[in-house]
Amino acid sequence: MNAIVNYCIRHAQNCIGALGNLVRQPMASTLTIAVIGIALAMPSGLNIIVSNGRALAGGFEDIRDFSVYTKPGATLAQAENLRGRLDDDDLVANTRLISAEQALEELRTDNEFGDVVIALADNPLPHTVVVRPIPKADPEKLQILTERLAQDPLVDIVRLDTEWVRRLNAFLELARRAVWIVATMLVGAVIIIVGNTIRLDIQNRRAEIEVSKLLGASDGFVRRPFLYTGFWYGIFGGCFALLLLAGSLWALSGPVERLVRLYGGGFTPLGMDGATIALVFAVGLAAGLAGAWSAVARHLAAIQPKV
Amino acid sequence: MIRFENVTKRYGKGREALRDVSFEIDTGELIFLTGHSGAGKSTLLKLIALIERPTRGQVLVGGRNIGRLAARHIPAHRRQIGMVFQDHKLLEDRSVFENIALPMIIAGYRQREMRGRVRAALDYVGLLDREKQTPAMLSTGEQQRVGIARAIVARPKVLIADEPTGNLDPDLSLDVMNLFRRFSEVGVTMLIATHDLGLLDRVGGRRIVLDDGAVAATDGQTQPAT
Ligand SMILES: Nc1ncnc2c1ncn2[C@@H]1O[C@H](COP(=O)(O)OP(=O)(O)OP(=O)(O)O)[C@@H](O)[C@H]1O
Ligand SMILES: [Mg+2]
Repeated sequence: MNAIVNYCIRHAQNCIGALGNLVRQPMASTLTIAVIGIALAMPSGLNIIVSNGRALAGGFEDIRDFSVYTKPGATLAQAENLRGRLDDDDLVANTRLISAEQALEELRTDNEFGDVVIALADNPLPHTVVVRPIPKADPEKLQILTERLAQDPLVDIVRLDTEWVRRLNAFLELARRAVWIVATMLVGAVIIIVGNTIRLDIQNRRAEIEVSKLLGASDGFVRRPFLYTGFWYGIFGGCFALLLLAGSLWALSGPVERLVRLYGGGFTPLGMDGATIALVFAVGLAAGLAGAWSAVARHLAAIQPKV
Repeated sequence: MIRFENVTKRYGKGREALRDVSFEIDTGELIFLTGHSGAGKSTLLKLIALIERPTRGQVLVGGRNIGRLAARHIPAHRRQIGMVFQDHKLLEDRSVFENIALPMIIAGYRQREMRGRVRAALDYVGLLDREKQTPAMLSTGEQQRVGIARAIVARPKVLIADEPTGNLDPDLSLDVMNLFRRFSEVGVTMLIATHDLGLLDRVGGRRIVLDDGAVAATDGQTQPAT
């Protein structure tokens, strides 16, 4: 019992002592902590952005609109007729007809193409029927529908408007992987930074370590202050990373609100949740301890008292 | 308490610093270790503190053969031995009090007990009013006494000292030797290396004389060949 109490007291003393050592060198500690914080905040911030992208893309998943373009010679009446047939299909929720004239008018008001369009004698554009399938439409039946449409003598091509969603998803998957790679590299950097800082610390306290070993200090006794130093670097680095994240999210809050409004409020942006906070701390702590261990394992045993 | 049996120590491939050394020191004895420079006095003390290992022979402390002690048991062994160094090895960035408290912190004593014992040790060496100062603020003799207080604060069974009076004037040296004599009177086994023969004549006591790594005499008598 007494031994356990003593053990706890000793650890508490080491823990506070290591904190004291950091405070005594405010400049060096702050710089190290800042670097750790930035290294931890970067992948976390990127991860939040990618998560939001995925949440947004998830909202598009059930949009499977496609556009049906008529052959060049088709009349507006024929297009109306096509639209009427599609409207009657069980798979179709609603349709919209964009006549060639409307499409041209739209292009004309477009800054970039306006001049080109005015110069045109004939309207080269087809009529377009934009089809929105019912939400729970069977993908296979939809496939059959679009294939049959493509065979229709009136129809030139059928284009799926959802291609971009698939591309976005593929891109987001790539981004997610990239974030993991960046995170792994930066955690490695944190381990190296803490390891190097503690290596210097060990060198500066060489006399103390030598004398302690002469007086019968165990390896654990000599090691502990440095491990606690790594512990504090991890904790403070994590705190600083969370501050940076909170600041960045705050700076982004204006544009994000505008974006949400554009989506009609149907999308709630993801911020720093409990899991992110816990993860930043856990990774910071683990990297701090790992860095301290690597330095201690390599440099402490080499210090043997010389008399 | 301390027993050397045919101990030889060779540093690397060099010549032998100690050759076939045998002697025994009883509990509570005060022994002086003398001999010319390079005779092997420091080497002998290092073997007792396990700073070096014997090449051949046995070193027994408290009945235990420490020559082959596993590395992980060395700290516990050193905690039973007080050491005084010629260059006193005090930590410059710590107060006198903290320097003396270090062995007790290492041994895991509680704060309250530590305070009392550090003060008692300071009182013993006559430096009670200097506890808040750093070693740099003390004279050489005072630093040496702080080193002695640190060596005794954890109440070791054995105390070894390497040239503890090397930097002191004759009067201070005598004071330090008288301090040591008082420890041996309370049962601490002491081995003190010095080449200050004039001082030894004033202090008296049993001696082990080393000559070129071999024991030339104990107690003034030539050791019989073994
Ligand atoms: N670490 C070492 N490596 C190699 N040789 C050493 C080492 N330490 C001591 N020696 C050699 O061992 C011999 C004994 O040295 P030691 O330091 O024990 O002598 P000493 O009696 O303490 O001398 P002094 O009175 O000058 O302190 C010397 O020849 C010395 O050169
Ligand atoms: Mg010597």
